[in-house]
Amino acid sequence: MSERQIQLEVLRYNPETDSEPRFQTYTVPCLNEWVVLDALNYVKENLDPTLSYRWSCHMAVCGSCGMMINGEPKLGCKAFIHEYGDSIRVEPLAHFPIERDLVTVVEDFIAKLASVKPFLIPKEDKPTSAGEFKQTPAELMKFKQYTLCINCMLCYAACPQYGLVPEFVGPAAIALAHRYNQDSRDGGRDQRQEVVASDEGVWECSFVGACSEVCPKHVDPAGALQQVKVASTIDWYKEHLMPWVKK
Amino acid sequence: MGEEMSRKPYVREVSKTTWFLRQPRYQRYMAREVTCIFIFAYTFLLICALGSLANGPDAFQGFLNALRSPLGVLFNLAVLVVTAYHSATWFNVTPQAMPIQRGEEFVPGNVIVGAHYGAWAVVSLIILIWGI
Amino acid sequence: MAKSNKPIFWGLFAAGGTVTAFVIPALALVTLFAAMRFNMDMFTYEAIHAFAAHWLGKLIIFGVILLSLWHAAHRLRVTLHDFGVRADTVVAYAVYGLASLGTLMTIIYLLRI
Repeated sequence: MSERQIQLEVLRYNPETDSEPRFQTYTVPCLNEWVVLDALNYVKENLDPTLSYRWSCHMAVCGSCGMMINGEPKLGCKAFIHEYGDSIRVEPLAHFPIERDLVTVVEDFIAKLASVKPFLIPKEDKPTSAGEFKQTPAELMKFKQYTLCINCMLCYAACPQYGLVPEFVGPAAIALAHRYNQDSRDGGRDQRQEVVASDEGVWECSFVGACSEVCPKHVDPAGALQQVKVASTIDWYKEHLMPWVKK
Repeated sequence: MGEEMSRKPYVREVSKTTWFLRQPRYQRYMAREVTCIFIFAYTFLLICALGSLANGPDAFQGFLNALRSPLGVLFNLAVLVVTAYHSATWFNVTPQAMPIQRGEEFVPGNVIVGAHYGAWAVVSLIILIWGI
Repeated sequence: MAKSNKPIFWGLFAAGGTVTAFVIPALALVTLFAAMRFNMDMFTYEAIHAFAAHWLGKLIIFGVILLSLWHAAHRLRVTLHDFGVRADTVVAYAVYGLASLGTLMTIIYLLRI
């Protein structure tokens, strides 16, 4: 098995002693099939137990190990060492405050996610005895890709508008709102539009497209947001120019 | 229980004026966005042409003479290049903004983009035949 | 949160983006040829006047200019914000004002042809 010495530059920040973050370099003997997360685990186990970072599944499912690797938002568990040179720079996800080392403060994202009601709001309540809500494969296809979102926040770290305007509800939350709006069993769009169609909602997006480029699950939030803009624009024209048309 | 955890999150400021220098994809985005300046300017050139048209043959000849200057050639050349970039970037993202679903499948993105490029060629040809 | 009024401008921006993408490069090529004296018989006053005098010609000219103006105005508003100009209200009045002026000029000129 081939092994390679990697200079791992990690942004460190200790809130108890540091006034600002600083880089610390570790020399890590990496196996060729390792990912960056493996290198961080090596550091923690063998070189520096004080290093803090989040991870859980090591298989791109939990969405915990998002970090900037050479300036690009990546999952640490999906970034293979062999795709990089001998020096790799690791920083916490951009646009989020740093709690400690590579651990970021994610409350803002969690609050925004909750604000768009990312769950089924049935058109009408019906008792369990009335049977299941049926859905055809074509109806499922309308929103299926958005269900793959793992809330890893790479899209927020990639989105320059979120970095410039922190109030922006952002890619993943609006794409998930769109996912439920597109669901044939759902009737909650009007409630979600209160947040999604506001100035801080979809209208802060200028279709940079970076969110979709970095998504590790190949979801297309940028596309979802444009579709939301089209639908919200049709709503607006209907409401203001044709008020006699019932929704 | 242990002592109270003290929190002191560190916020990294994003430059409001130079943020796009950070990544090539941001620069490509800004290149796409500034095409609007050329479209704005060119539309006002069309309005000037229309104004001269309304003011009679002499005024229109005056407009043509002004157009036939090195600056006029340079400006139109720049508009041609920049707006072609606008067209390409606009058509390339149409499958994202307006996906077409047929039954259980989405029409492949390159089919939608290809159809737009085809239509673009036809429209351009009509304009060129009409104009020349 | 109140619903945004941005759709009124975004609708024009999106329609304008599509129209400009289809027609402006070819139009720019025609005017480039005219500027380069590629063919002195083209671009005659009579031919263009005849086109603009017809109601369908007027409609096409008005549609292309209107949508190009409002597409460019809205994108310029966003772009100025991207360059760090945060006075969005002032910017909005300026760019939409310019687009309104262009629209008004187009209407007046078309009515006089």
